[in-house]
Amino acid sequence: MKTTASPRYGPGAPQRAALLNKPAAAVVANGSRLAGVEMAPPDPILGVSEAFKASKDPNKLNLGVGAYRTEELQPLVLEVVKKAEQKMLAAGYNKEYLPIEGLDAFRQATVQLLLGSDSAAVKEGRVAVLQALSGTGSLRVGAAFIARFMKGTTVYISNPTWGNHRNIFGDEGVEWKYYRYFDPDTVGLDFKGMVEDLTAAPDGSIVLLHGCAHNPTGVDPTPQQWQEIADLCKAKGHMPFFDVAYQGFATGDLDKDAFAPRLFVDNGLEVMVAQSYSKNLGLYGERVGALNVVLSDADAAKSVLSQLKRLARAIWSNPPTHGARIAAEVVGDADMFELWKSEMAGMAGRIAKVRGELQAALESRCPDRDWSFITKQIGMFSFTGMTPQQVDNMTNKHAVFMTRDGRISLAGLSSSKVAYLADAIVDSVRNH
Amino acid sequence: MFPALALSMQQLQPAASLPLLSCLRRAYSTSGAAAATNWFSHVEMAPRDPILGVTEKFLADKNPDKINLGVGAYRDDNGQPVVLESVREAERRVAGSHFMEYLPIGGLRDFVSESVKLAYGDDSPVVAAGQVAAVQSLSGTGSCRLFAEFQRRFMPHSSVYIPVPTWSNHHNIWRDAGVAQNGYRYYKPETRGLDFEGLMEDIKNAPNGSVFLLHACAHNPTGVDPTPEQWQAMSKLMLDKSHFAFFDMAYQGFATGDCTRDAAAIRIFIDDGHRVGLSQSYAKNMGLYGQRVGCFSLVCDSAAEAAKVESQMKLIARPMYSNPPLHGALLVSKILHDADLKQQWYQEVGVMAARIKDMRGLLRHNLQQLGSPHNWQHITDQIGMFCYTGMSGEMVDTLAAAHSIYMTRNGRISMAGVNTKNVARLAEAMHAVTKEAKM
Repeated sequence: MKTTASPRYGPGAPQRAALLNKPAAAVVANGSRLAGVEMAPPDPILGVSEAFKASKDPNKLNLGVGAYRTEELQPLVLEVVKKAEQKMLAAGYNKEYLPIEGLDAFRQATVQLLLGSDSAAVKEGRVAVLQALSGTGSLRVGAAFIARFMKGTTVYISNPTWGNHRNIFGDEGVEWKYYRYFDPDTVGLDFKGMVEDLTAAPDGSIVLLHGCAHNPTGVDPTPQQWQEIADLCKAKGHMPFFDVAYQGFATGDLDKDAFAPRLFVDNGLEVMVAQSYSKNLGLYGERVGALNVVLSDADAAKSVLSQLKRLARAIWSNPPTHGARIAAEVVGDADMFELWKSEMAGMAGRIAKVRGELQAALESRCPDRDWSFITKQIGMFSFTGMTPQQVDNMTNKHAVFMTRDGRISLAGLSSSKVAYLADAIVDSVRNH
Repeated sequence: MFPALALSMQQLQPAASLPLLSCLRRAYSTSGAAAATNWFSHVEMAPRDPILGVTEKFLADKNPDKINLGVGAYRDDNGQPVVLESVREAERRVAGSHFMEYLPIGGLRDFVSESVKLAYGDDSPVVAAGQVAAVQSLSGTGSCRLFAEFQRRFMPHSSVYIPVPTWSNHHNIWRDAGVAQNGYRYYKPETRGLDFEGLMEDIKNAPNGSVFLLHACAHNPTGVDPTPEQWQAMSKLMLDKSHFAFFDMAYQGFATGDCTRDAAAIRIFIDDGHRVGLSQSYAKNMGLYGQRVGCFSLVCDSAAEAAKVESQMKLIARPMYSNPPLHGALLVSKILHDADLKQQWYQEVGVMAARIKDMRGLLRHNLQQLGSPHNWQHITDQIGMFCYTGMSGEMVDTLAAAHSIYMTRNGRISMAGVNTKNVARLAEAMHAVTKEAKM
């Protein structure tokens, strides 16, 4: 492509080329300021959807990003969201800036949803709540807070975890280390390893925990195990940081899915919690979420909120209105809330159904392996244990698009495609 | 005793502080369900944001005649927020599209390409050649933050030169991104205008290859803009010095009422061969404040380079917010794509800019009628949403306390908050606090 000449550093390239008796293209002045910038690799998760879009295979199946699909493999905007948007359109809201901390109605609704409407911490004003750009933005402000106010503290993240966790803490200069989590032999939780690693960690470390429906494995601790982890955090003075991206998506029940963070708060721990409404309200692109910090006293909550605001001001100034309004409408209206609960149960129910169908299909094709993990794991994802080579076979031979860590999103699987997927998996694990 | 301990602990090396921290925590915590850990007792209350904090104070005031001249959000002649008709129509058209999926990390492509054309010109050669790397961003703040992070990574050891004064949040943004800041002379209090000689001297004295933050039009907070001739001179000098120009354009359309004229500085620089960076915001000119819609772009040497640069922009954005919000981008894209809506929008921006210009005239006229001893010419000389009145912090405090009139402590008033109903009272109050003073 023809570029415009840039006479930036004195006589332009063409003139200098003439002087040096070289073709113009060969003389690039002092070189572009940005000539050293390398091409970044595509995002390992979001890049999968791009590859899927580009594929022309008629059988292609997208099991990459965790976005819910209907049985027809179409995106879904919840009825309750459509209703809320209609209400908002009719009300003719203005588009003014929200306060830095976000929409008040949303903040109240979100913390109650998380901790329960009878939460002592909420009633006592002990929770700092900042509306943020979905889970990512909430985690990022939390990471920035940790970098500034907990200097030198290491964050322990599960092995494996959502890939973006590493980048979020890394970009804030917060050191992170893995704790053992997934046991490939049992295709379940390596609880012994987890406890060992968190015990070996220095006192006062930060522990990143998935509130429910662990991403990417789908493996969650049992209630008893959660209590043990809480006890461990207390004994070691660790600060838990919950990532709650799937409340309502694990069991289909909002309260049940909030069991772990509520347990920790009831145990008297100060915790950070990042919430996302991308999946459970289907508000993906509207970027709705919140960072909650539960403190031991109300004064600390005020100070902490003021600092969270200061950090958010330098990233986005104030959060986007649209999605927060939707969420506030839904949670704030009794009828809409009930409708939401039933729609969420519907989504979780469809996922549970395809899990069962997939397991049965695999068992009938490949009875010599244990496929029970498919229904034991919970939430949107299943960690199949497939190797990168097997995953490549899935994609290259069968046009099944998934992340190379072996994670599949059940939300992208329809009952009608179960047989196809089962064939692909069996071929990949047997022959590669 | 404990606060002092907490403070001194912050000064200890991290490794040494941990045993102390857990001792403190054991001292605080009791056994049983009521036990509380104390991670955050050392966290101090942050100061209120100087701009957004003004609105907080305004809201708390019970005077029915209170006036908010703080944040730069447009108000109509009744002091009400405005949603543009073109925006309402765009909203009606996108309603029912029922699409809420994640945008790509770089945002809505249509939105990005329309934004780039709006800023650089429909027939800009750098746009046609694919040299502009661009991503949708979280309004002006988000664009600046993406650039600041990009600067730290890819222009290491460079500092940013920021005009004195500037939007206060610029300082927060570059500081949090870990980039060193310098000031360059900009506002001359004696003339309440541009310190052009000082500015050129500072451009000249900065080390070659420095990064300069420039307000494309309607400088915030002063309202003082260079003339086209001055922009030309700055462009030439900056070329000689191989400086990098980063434009913050938050008011395209708001300065003169004409989007093309307001982007003139950028186009001067591009024509001269600069490879600029740009932050665009639709908060004011489309009234999309809370939607957080903007665009961050960098002009590169080639399409190949632009592709690489864009990939790195995304690498910065992904751990910040993953992908930008959908709604506002859909509205902007709708408006810029549709010829009728775009025309309607141009007109509406013109109306907003004209009302502000009228208010400038009225305020100055009223002050003169009251017999003010001071020269208020700068009120009509300055351009855009803000007027740098020249009033002191003490005068600002008095205006708040005694007159329920709120503005930032640097004496900046948002002309958008002035209307035919309150301009007389505003003039009287300003006269009252300034008539005895030297200004």
